[in-house]
Amino acid sequence: MKKHDTPMIDELENGPWPSFISGIKRLRDTHPEKRINEMTNDLLGQLEHSYETRKGYWKGGTVSVYGYGGGIIPRFSEVGNVFPASKEFHTLRVQPPAGNFYSTSMLRQLADSWEKHGSGLVTFHGQTGNIMFIGSTTENTQHFFDEINDYGFDLGGAGPCVRTAMSCVGAGRCEMSNVNEHKAHRLLVNNFTDDVHRPALPYKFKFKVSGCPNDCMNSIERADMSVIGTWRDDIKVDQEEFKKYVEMKGRKYVIDNIVTRCPTNAISLNDDDSIQIDNQNCVKCMHCLNVVPKALQCGDDKGVTILIGGKRTLKIGDLMGTVIVPFMKLEKEEDWERLVEIAEETIDFWADNALEHERCGEMIERIGLVNFLEGVGIDVDPNMVANPRESSYVRTDDWDDEAVKWYEKADQREKDSA
Amino acid sequence: MGENAKKEMRTPIETGCPDGFQYMHPTMRKNFGQWKYHEHPRPGVLVHVAHSGEEIWTVRAGTQRILDVFTLRTLCDIGDEFADGYVRFTIRSNIEYMVSDKDKVQPLIDALEKEGFIVGGTKNSVAMISHTQGWLHCDIPGTDASGVVKAMMDELIDEFRNNDMPNRVHLTTSCCQINCGGQGDIAINIQHTKPPKINHDLVSNVCERPSVVARCPVAAIRPAMVNGKPSLEVDEKKCICCGACFPPCPPMQINDPEHSKLAIWVGGNHSNARSKPSFQKLVAAGIPNNPPRWPEATAIVKRILSAYKEDARDWERINDWIERIGWPRFFELTELPFTKYHIDNWRGGRKTLNSSAYVRF
Repeated sequence: MKKHDTPMIDELENGPWPSFISGIKRLRDTHPEKRINEMTNDLLGQLEHSYETRKGYWKGGTVSVYGYGGGIIPRFSEVGNVFPASKEFHTLRVQPPAGNFYSTSMLRQLADSWEKHGSGLVTFHGQTGNIMFIGSTTENTQHFFDEINDYGFDLGGAGPCVRTAMSCVGAGRCEMSNVNEHKAHRLLVNNFTDDVHRPALPYKFKFKVSGCPNDCMNSIERADMSVIGTWRDDIKVDQEEFKKYVEMKGRKYVIDNIVTRCPTNAISLNDDDSIQIDNQNCVKCMHCLNVVPKALQCGDDKGVTILIGGKRTLKIGDLMGTVIVPFMKLEKEEDWERLVEIAEETIDFWADNALEHERCGEMIERIGLVNFLEGVGIDVDPNMVANPRESSYVRTDDWDDEAVKWYEKADQREKDSA
Repeated sequence: MGENAKKEMRTPIETGCPDGFQYMHPTMRKNFGQWKYHEHPRPGVLVHVAHSGEEIWTVRAGTQRILDVFTLRTLCDIGDEFADGYVRFTIRSNIEYMVSDKDKVQPLIDALEKEGFIVGGTKNSVAMISHTQGWLHCDIPGTDASGVVKAMMDELIDEFRNNDMPNRVHLTTSCCQINCGGQGDIAINIQHTKPPKINHDLVSNVCERPSVVARCPVAAIRPAMVNGKPSLEVDEKKCICCGACFPPCPPMQINDPEHSKLAIWVGGNHSNARSKPSFQKLVAAGIPNNPPRWPEATAIVKRILSAYKEDARDWERINDWIERIGWPRFFELTELPFTKYHIDNWRGGRKTLNSSAYVRF
């Protein structure tokens, strides 16, 4: 095998950060299998060509496994005549275990399967959250999938479908956890396996679950349906621990970095160095809990907030998610069923009403939040808005009926809580 | 496909997302949902303490993200010899080892560093750059995010290893304006500056023309006959060079070796902490897409980081810091030019303008 000269990408072997180029070269130079040596050699050749010409040379196509319509990112080389061993270089998107937990023995098993059928390159994880097995021929795509599917792994989404979901480390390790993140994650995405594997929706749909409003999964910005753990009773305070913190850091530091950083001015420092929190005005921004995790903890009346419609630029510009459920408990079996039902109704309504290639948030932008809420059967709530309408261009014919509905709901809430 | 081959086809087992609980460290399984607090004894190390009094120690390390199986096995070897055989990966592709015994932490760190992995990436560090595939694998890339990230992390390695920043800094890169890298405190993204170059011979065979027309955010594309063939044309005065037409229609080549530039955006923050989540804002554009090491982009990122480190107060993320000091001061401190292109003219853009007499002098 003649090795391609790669003077430009060789520059990426310099410097202290681990080099992916050195890793690809290890596969080229030291892997016992000739197929992998040749495939990675041509991959390096094509990559060098991209660096020289500042252009990409991969094209999509249609590749999937038997019984599915998606889950594979097909890549065919436009310069495959020069780099034939990597001319088919597809990626398999595989769903990771919820929370991204692995035993080393499972990672070894995946590595063994992958080097049998693929290039030997893998990423934990892509930006949607999949394990990315990068570099397989069309034929081996099926063999690799069959092998890992037999021991419990399944493909993720690609194309206009429900995509692989994500959840944080959550209750497994984090004291900020307010919900069983991994249960919510698996319940949601695994309810839609058909929609994951057979792309037939207007565009992509992503679920992300964060256990607290720090939202480490970036769900508000990146998920069509974002589920965020929260609580509605008081922040739990260990005043002795808090006083110790004040003693260690000083009052000025505590005032500058905790008291005045509270976005709703809900915190004050008492004369005896204990903390006072106006819990009714706490918006769960997490800042004070992040600063003094030893003294402050999330409350006990836990549940989730649900937002819909986050997405990035294409086509109409960036959108954050919007609150559609300010708070719901996830305790009883029917609570969890309701969570899945909200997802089903959202996806059904969106699938029926979206334009081609229109994300859920874009549809809401086009038709208005109220039409969406009526479509999925959720009542309006002032927690859904940053402020009420500013524009006077609106018909209010049925104002009295709507006002009656509001009072009836208020009565109902009172009865429920009694 | 022959009949024999067809017979061998197996039906997939549609198990979807596997349960992570089975791969969790036993101490984590035992104390699931029962954690009390955490501490951060040194960069790259977290200790979580459960109500039961049990502890789980986490050591976080940066890797090259695109792993070869040899590197993956090295990471497993370290996990077996120096940890308890359980790992996880963070959203920014760092690996985390969990151990229940404090005494295992230092030997684990030593083993990781000996093999060239970088322990850090926690709390007030510059975290690993979350990034996209680039020329290595994407079908529409304007640059090689993996290469940009490698070159940049070489220069930011001390910021990853230490906790010297006012708060955490999340960097992202994206090879096109779809921005798969996501929002970042600092984002380094491709910004095209010229309309697509159309190969009219291929359009009618390759592209579904009405859906390409529908993709354009500014309605600049229309069907046209070119050289007797059905094709598409672009109103170049209207075109905003976003590249949205390129994925559904590869003959509309948007990537250009010279005119696809890099742009830098700041202040994107996913977290709800202290303020609502925010989108990133453009601060620099026209930066050369200069492989293999993109020195111009790295220099600007370092300038922004050094101004932030110098001037921001404790706990201020980049967006919090700029909110306090104002944009004129930001451009002054970073010595970046403020141009007409910084003023948003997209729909709803007026809400980003200053409609008050609040001016800092």
